[in-house]
Amino acid sequence: MKISDIQKLTEARIVAGDLLTEKNIKKAFSSDLMSDVLTLDEEDILLITGLANVQLLRTAEMADIHVVLLARNKKASPEMIQLAKENKIVLLETPFSIFRASGVLFSNGIKPVY
Amino acid sequence: MELVFEIEGGDFTSAGNASSKIKKVLKQLNIDSKTIKRIVIAVYEAEVNIVAHAKKGILKASIGSHFIEVKLTDKGPGIEDVEKAMEAGFSTASKQVREMGFGAGMGLPNIKKNVDELDIVSEVGKGTLVKFKNYF
Repeated sequence: MKISDIQKLTEARIVAGDLLTEKNIKKAFSSDLMSDVLTLDEEDILLITGLANVQLLRTAEMADIHVVLLARNKKASPEMIQLAKENKIVLLETPFSIFRASGVLFSNGIKPVY
Repeated sequence: MELVFEIEGGDFTSAGNASSKIKKVLKQLNIDSKTIKRIVIAVYEAEVNIVAHAKKGILKASIGSHFIEVKLTDKGPGIEDVEKAMEAGFSTASKQVREMGFGAGMGLPNIKKNVDELDIVSEVGKGTLVKFKNYF
């Protein structure tokens, strides 16, 4: 799925990165626990989370995750936006809950990591 | 090549800075991305451990032609039972650390999973040395 489709389906706002990138996202993982994210063997997935802090972006950077969706209206801080830009991470904010965002994307073809 | 970083305990805003710089250096050396990911995840977990538990620490990374050796030495509470700390789910992390998305007792097991050689020496009340090596 294209990032622009993820944005439309979750009514998200883009706060960092390029929406028009041709990147094709096949799998997603939803978690507020960064320790869990760091145990994933897959790269290039979509991360859906309610955790809005700088460590979210650091975790994404280390885990080679390039698209992050902040759920339930969490707002990215200027430091988070800066880190996302530095590491070419697309950062989106959706008003949907983690459950709703995950459900909508799952039913439109995004696969789970596990 | 040797890279040295000072790590401040409790400074969550900077946690990950050292790992990020090491990742950039490894990328420049054209090392395979899966190998880089294993290394930097181990470095990041260890860096977060110092920020979460210790007063301060030093991270030294030595990069050779086919390996990286990372040594993290901290002044902190030490680990009472290293074997127990290696068990998934065992944690002594504070509420603040948990709110940052860490402290689930998965750091040390995840370091072990991602490195080729690991050595932990700890003295209660003084500090901990975490040393690991990865080959590429």
